[in-house]
Amino acid sequence: MQFLRAYARNPAALIGAALVLAVLAMGLLAPLLYPGDPLSLAGRPLQWPGANPRFPLGTDPSGRDIAAQLFHGARVSLLIGFSATAIAVVIGIGIGALAGFYGGIVDTLLMRVTEAFQTLPNFLLLLVLVAVFGSDIKTVTIAIGIVAWPPVARLTRAEFLSLRTRDFVQACRLQGLSDAHLILREVLPNALPPVIVYASVVMAIAILLESALAFLQLSDPNVSSWGNLIGLGRNVLRAEWYVSAIPGIAILLTILGVSLVGQGLNDALNPRLAGR
Amino acid sequence: MRLLGLAARRLAASLPALLLILIGLFLLLQLAPGDTVDALMAQMGGGDERIATELRVFYGLDLSVPARLGQYLLRLVQLDLGYSAIYGKPVATVILERLPATLLLMTASLSFAFAFGAVLGVVAARRVNRWPDTLISTLGLIFYATPSFWFGLMAIVVFSVHLQWLPAGGFGDVALGLTGFAAVLDIAKHLVLPTLTLALIYLAISLRIMRAAMLEVLTLDFVRTARAKGLTETRVVARHVLRNALLPMITLIGLQVGTMLGGSVVVESVFTLPGLGRLAYESVVQRDLNTLLGIAFVSALLVIAANFIVDMLYARLDPRISSGG
Repeated sequence: MQFLRAYARNPAALIGAALVLAVLAMGLLAPLLYPGDPLSLAGRPLQWPGANPRFPLGTDPSGRDIAAQLFHGARVSLLIGFSATAIAVVIGIGIGALAGFYGGIVDTLLMRVTEAFQTLPNFLLLLVLVAVFGSDIKTVTIAIGIVAWPPVARLTRAEFLSLRTRDFVQACRLQGLSDAHLILREVLPNALPPVIVYASVVMAIAILLESALAFLQLSDPNVSSWGNLIGLGRNVLRAEWYVSAIPGIAILLTILGVSLVGQGLNDALNPRLAGR
Repeated sequence: MRLLGLAARRLAASLPALLLILIGLFLLLQLAPGDTVDALMAQMGGGDERIATELRVFYGLDLSVPARLGQYLLRLVQLDLGYSAIYGKPVATVILERLPATLLLMTASLSFAFAFGAVLGVVAARRVNRWPDTLISTLGLIFYATPSFWFGLMAIVVFSVHLQWLPAGGFGDVALGLTGFAAVLDIAKHLVLPTLTLALIYLAISLRIMRAAMLEVLTLDFVRTARAKGLTETRVVARHVLRNALLPMITLIGLQVGTMLGGSVVVESVFTLPGLGRLAYESVVQRDLNTLLGIAFVSALLVIAANFIVDMLYARLDPRISSGG
């Protein structure tokens, strides 16, 4: 409750929450407002926004409704964002917890693997994964999760390193509780808050990665994705720039919302640092 | 001397990661559907099985996976990255042709992001919670949220299509046959928009880091001492705070080089620059796995080199690091 009040005192955090809720509403309302396939032919191609009341945001080069694609795209972006973040956070926490809790050789080995992932540019690894395993939406989501976990692992490890020698953990150890109990029930809950805050950064990165991949036409062509639409609009950029402009604004506002929420959570968790 | 020892240790520590990357990627690419020969055959418009088998023997694709991995690593030590069947040249040659554009783009973007991020961060920190700070911090948030490829496209619409100030893509007009200063100017003109596009998100990150670091350092005791000595605020910031606040910024550069290489894939595609990033994209589309592996190797080397330089810079700026051990 106190946490919520601290969050609500921050106007930027409220704007962020409003943006995220708006995108969420877009995604939820998409099947109601625009039933049917958003990627099917709707009307004459390349009608400017406002030119035809049936298509408030116009149509793309293939004659598909841009508004419908925008609403369905919100669904896809959020779905990929949430799922990829969940995958990255689970892998990251798993590796970071083991490395930080046990230390020694386990730590060295796991951190070498983490370093390897961090040395390779993550978009490049994403390209390799998509080249090898194909680009349907499930594969792309898992690939983004695989690419995005290392910072989560580092953060979790650091938290575990500082927590594992605390008195309450030692006390539990003396009681003869198992390692699994210590990791999952004692240390992890205390290590979680900063990781949750960082998850918002991971989510922003995941959405950006997917849209970049879709822009290069390397993501799933059978789902309505904002990045995909921007890529299609590129061919008609000189005259009909709105095709690329509109979905780009949607991505911008979504990322802005996610980052503001993350910042708000951070400030509410660390009130002393707020305003920094 | 101590610095050199530190340098050598740091370089040695990055070797296991490099080896892991190479083995991991090599095994990963074995899972790819279709190999180089399939791609080649498709490009030739099909052919019979006999030719495919001969080609596989020619490229050494008929051996077992461990044998090929061993061969590959052995050749890498001799800096031989293999042969690109698609380009008909050694991979090392293809990469070297594409490297300058990417390096130029990355250096320009990093310098831009670092310099402007530092300046904006200092301005924001000195006017903390007043309108210049609010403005700069808001801009930072928006820059951070802007997808680079979209910003690039919009910049093309505004500056190339409507205002016609800058070229929309490419890396210098070869047709004009420019030489000397004129050629340099031409390339610079082509690089303005890509540099801004790639730098945008890093500008946002570095201004935020710089602002936070400045605020952190400004609360420390030695700053109070400097003020108590009667130094002007400008002198306090320039001589005492800046040097310390720059340390996190330098760490940031080391962390960002890798993501920047990834970002250049997209930016080079938007502006049709003949760089490493676009080569990576092309080799994915053309299934030129040898080249893709080579690019990953070179990128990892670049990241390691960048981190090495950052370590050295860090040790120079903060003497405690090299002497403390």
